[in-house]
Amino acid sequence: MSAVVDAVLRPTTALRAGWLLFERDLRLALRRWEHVADPLVFFLMVTTLFPLALSPELSRLRDVAPGVLWVAALLSSLLAADTLLKSDAQDGTLEQYLLSGQPLTLLLLAKTAAHWILTGLPLVLVSPLVAVALGAPAESLDTIMLGLTIGTLTLSLLGAIGAALTIGLRRGSLLLSLLVMPLAMPLLIFGARSSELAIGGHDAAGPLYLLASLLVLAVTLAPLTAAAAVRISID
Amino acid sequence: MWTWFHKLASPPHVYRIAGRLTPWFGWSAFLLIVAALYGGLVLAPRDYQQGDAYRIIYVHAPSAWMSLFIYVTMAVAAATGLIWRIKLAHAVAASAAPVGASFTFAALATGALWGQPMWGTWWVWDARLTSELILLFLYLGYMALRASIDDVQRADRASALLAIVGVVNVPIIHYSVVWWNTLHQAPTVTKMGAPSISLTMLIPLLMMIVGFNLYFFAVLLTRVRGEILRRERNAGWIRDLVRA
Repeated sequence: MSAVVDAVLRPTTALRAGWLLFERDLRLALRRWEHVADPLVFFLMVTTLFPLALSPELSRLRDVAPGVLWVAALLSSLLAADTLLKSDAQDGTLEQYLLSGQPLTLLLLAKTAAHWILTGLPLVLVSPLVAVALGAPAESLDTIMLGLTIGTLTLSLLGAIGAALTIGLRRGSLLLSLLVMPLAMPLLIFGARSSELAIGGHDAAGPLYLLASLLVLAVTLAPLTAAAAVRISID
Repeated sequence: MWTWFHKLASPPHVYRIAGRLTPWFGWSAFLLIVAALYGGLVLAPRDYQQGDAYRIIYVHAPSAWMSLFIYVTMAVAAATGLIWRIKLAHAVAASAAPVGASFTFAALATGALWGQPMWGTWWVWDARLTSELILLFLYLGYMALRASIDDVQRADRASALLAIVGVVNVPIIHYSVVWWNTLHQAPTVTKMGAPSISLTMLIPLLMMIVGFNLYFFAVLLTRVRGEILRRERNAGWIRDLVRA
């Protein structure tokens, strides 16, 4: 691992440094893959709570399925967001990123991409099963998956901002959730609406385009904001 | 020529002029609000649809306007503090936040009180009400972040970043009634063309908005003085002030 850290610190192109960091994060996480499963299990359990609490009838669950899917995905992402920077902040690697001379924005984008693969992508892959369990028709599944892909990517990026602002604070993860939730509300509205239209058999292009525009906004601005927040939190 | 402007970055100077300006803002706010209330509650005619109950607009609309105005003020002050590293700008942002949150709450509460007799519901999840509620959460999140960081400089800069990120919500609130056609009514004043409200009702409303603004400046200046005292409590000029 020190070879990777050295490579990040040695004069090397920014893109290569970003790629090395992306690989490193994935490799480190997969060594403890049981923790990778935590957000996924949380998602599955939260979506199970609703049929237990509301009604086991599929026709009634179908009405609330979009909301349940998206709220569960949001909560799951918020829970996982804290892990983006926590271990690096604790062992001092985060300061090394700042000192490395590599653009922090790109490094954070690489870390967020790896984080999404570990926490957001499993949700997307398991969402068809959950959607069908909540009464969604088979024709709606690909739209639901597309919407959740765009949505969880955006949530990972927003979570990076929250994680960077709350590094090292006591009860940081609770504060992170409070800070990120208002920012994620428009996403929730459009995402749930797209799944609702899909389940009803209508064209969901409108909300999907709006979701995509939120993703574009997040991809361009969130790493920059998170980098500024890391600098504020660390020095 | 710009010395008056540069002096605004000096805590003792701002402490002094804030103390001198506050009574002016306070009394003019009081007089304007009293006059506007007389115009709105007594002089303005009854609405042909809502009768006298519409008069809560004289508190509801100015509160909502202030909630947006104060958030933008807070974000601009925060950005000024971040970019030019002026501590006083951060003090202004910190002082403005609770006032803005209170106005947001007042807008939501007066809206609910108006909504129940008029439209038959305390609350509805339409675009404007929902985005105003999100604004309240943004204010509370800002205050929570400030409160949880002990180091003043880090607290200032982190919450400044958060305020700037949240300012995206303000145009969404303003244009929500244009983009989505749901329960809350469309703009009657801030739109193209003549306002679709009678002048006898409009003038007290505008007077209330200006009055609320003056009130906000009075409260803000007082809070900023308190914030300066807290931040600079070990400075020599404050000890001289206390001793004098």
